[in-house]
Amino acid sequence: MDLPTLWFILVFVLIAGYAVLDGFDLGVGMLHLLARGDDERRIAINAIAPVWDGNEVWLLTAGGALFAAFPPVYAAVFSGMYVAFTLLLLALIARAMGLEFRSKATSPAWRATWDGLFWAGSLTATLLIGVAFGNILRGLPVDIDGVCHGSFFGLLNPYALLVGAAVVAACGLHGALYLAGKTDEAQRQRLVRAAWILWAALALLYLAGGVATVCVSPFLHDPINDTWGGKALVAAALAALISVPVALLRQRTGAAFCASFAFMVIALALCAWGLYPRLVPSTIGPGADLTIRNSASSSRTLWAMLIITLTGMPIVLGYTLFVYRVFRGKVVITSESY
Amino acid sequence: MSVELLSRIQFAVTVGFHFLFPPVSIGLAWLLALVEWRAWREDSAVYRQMGRFFGKLLGLTFAAGVVTGIVMEFQFGSNWARYSRFVGDIFGAPLAAEAIFAFFLESTFLGLYLLGRGRVSQRTTFVSVVMVAIGATISAFWIIVANSWMQTPAGYRLTPEGRAELADFWAAVFNPSTMLRFGHTLAASLACGAFFMAGVGAYILLRNRRDDAPAAAMARSAVRIGVVAGLVASLLVLYPLGHHHARQVARLQPEKFAAIEGLYTSQHRAPLVMFALPYTQPPELKAKVEVPGLLSWMAFGDVNAHVPGIDQFPPENIPPLWLTFVSFHNMVLLGMFLIALGAVATVQLRGGRLFRRRWLLWTLVAAVPAPVAACQFGWVAAEVGRQPWIVYKLMRTADAFSSNLSPGQVLFSLIAFCVVYLVLGTLYFLILFRKMHQEAAGH
Repeated sequence: MDLPTLWFILVFVLIAGYAVLDGFDLGVGMLHLLARGDDERRIAINAIAPVWDGNEVWLLTAGGALFAAFPPVYAAVFSGMYVAFTLLLLALIARAMGLEFRSKATSPAWRATWDGLFWAGSLTATLLIGVAFGNILRGLPVDIDGVCHGSFFGLLNPYALLVGAAVVAACGLHGALYLAGKTDEAQRQRLVRAAWILWAALALLYLAGGVATVCVSPFLHDPINDTWGGKALVAAALAALISVPVALLRQRTGAAFCASFAFMVIALALCAWGLYPRLVPSTIGPGADLTIRNSASSSRTLWAMLIITLTGMPIVLGYTLFVYRVFRGKVVITSESY
Repeated sequence: MSVELLSRIQFAVTVGFHFLFPPVSIGLAWLLALVEWRAWREDSAVYRQMGRFFGKLLGLTFAAGVVTGIVMEFQFGSNWARYSRFVGDIFGAPLAAEAIFAFFLESTFLGLYLLGRGRVSQRTTFVSVVMVAIGATISAFWIIVANSWMQTPAGYRLTPEGRAELADFWAAVFNPSTMLRFGHTLAASLACGAFFMAGVGAYILLRNRRDDAPAAAMARSAVRIGVVAGLVASLLVLYPLGHHHARQVARLQPEKFAAIEGLYTSQHRAPLVMFALPYTQPPELKAKVEVPGLLSWMAFGDVNAHVPGIDQFPPENIPPLWLTFVSFHNMVLLGMFLIALGAVATVQLRGGRLFRRRWLLWTLVAAVPAPVAACQFGWVAAEVGRQPWIVYKLMRTADAFSSNLSPGQVLFSLIAFCVVYLVLGTLYFLILFRKMHQEAAGH
């Protein structure tokens, strides 16, 4: 395997890491207003409080890795979707402020304000990430010099909104299943009910998204349809998706969370399979696609980055697992809690 | 206004606001490592209380740094796309290394440090704050690598398409200004954390009227650690780190050196300007107080050395003169003030005289923003001093911004960030004061 291909995979691994980890933080945020009373909201906040910041670093790492490994893609995507990314950053800031400031005073108005921002920030951020991803799958108006000429409203096309809605449902489901393992029985029951509804929505949106992709981006569909690997990924994604309700019927929310985790990873792998070797398809013409061939950094840089990643990430995974172990089990509210 | 100007303002606002917080967190994290170590080894209730209280302030400061830092990771691509394409082969790696080696470490262990009390042992609490401090320091290192490469690029070659490509990784990382800038910034961060700790401790003492309360004992320890560490750090910022950093600028970026020192005509026996009022058209210093030959001696070790002035460089290559001169001299002035304050306060610690001198305690409270302001001035001097280049002698700032943006888009994001940062900054101070009042009242 050549280095640019390896980096194509690694960028997707980082994006998948972000999706499965911060995905449940965002999901917990989107479900935040469904929690009843201050106690339940505190449990929801404290279920993610020790880990959300570390989870969000996956997004920064994916951004940094994209900059280092495929600079023209980084430049085209973030300048081409300027307004959307500004809104995404503002949503992520609002969400972090809500999480951080909520516990700093006890008045109901203060808490309601930050609860609202935390919810709105989580929902907006998830939707925008989904819409941005949908637009990349659909192709961006990238010219032959790698400059992207899109407008904000051009990003809000039906296909991208469909992908955005699917990502919202997937993260909502993921968050409900995560939180269900952290709460007492009454809250857990309601989260499981929410998970059923979100699963049904996700299943519909996923299937609709699959059909829409065949129509909108046939170039993504062909490599999946024509290869055994692609077909295996389609089957695996469906199996993971169906495992969620199977586990829920058996009252095993932990297993359902793992199934949702697997579904997110496989669905992203499926997108990567269809995209390869493109990173950003161009709607202007296939000659203007940003691919791993015309966008990759020099092999010296890719090697240096590979060594950095392969030495750094195992250590990161080690202490991340350690911290998750410390905070495993139901949330206990103490004097240090948020 | 043009996309270029708006993007520059936005970059200055977002980095400037972000850079208020990390120096304080870095300094505070290292001082908390000391506090938690003593809490663990001496099983001291005072230090445990101090760790708990200042840990919360670290959490608050860190969070403000994190939320404003996210913007930085993406702004190179969004507003400086042509720059990103030009330097991506070199500049992206330090950013990715920062995330992998530093961001994960500090944010993961900060969660454990703040929320793990009661769940983990005091030893694990100590280890987790050390990890936060190490992570914050590594983060400073990699971002300074990236910035230093823009100041003194090394380890690259230009491709036929006109992009910079990595030729030697270690030469790019340890380019001629990396280590001096890193040392200077790290010592300055320690000063920020130390004067923060001293000022917060002093404020609690001033608000707390009962000397026997646990809060007073904790606050006195904070003032003691803060002023001593603040004095040591402020001295290190000036010498050897600041001095040698300035000598490196004199050798490698002579335009910047002439601008910050206010040397407008090349000369032998160049004077060190201690004070002056800079005027712009024509560039001129009035009411000058200077020491003849001192600049030549400090920069090149010889009172007769020739120092190139602004007149020696083509006009299209010289940085803005007023801003660089004023920023640099304000930074030095604040540094001198902090050394004097640290020295007086340290002397007055003997026999606890400091704690009876309310005016000195109030001065320590008022001095909390001083090292942070000095950091801002130093950063403005360094970055504006590099202009008109975004990468010194390789790429002009005017050629670096995203050409596919409209002024309206950048104006929108600029206003949005300003509003959000204003709210964030206000809340930071409100919560900081609220926490100090609660602590002083013994809650």
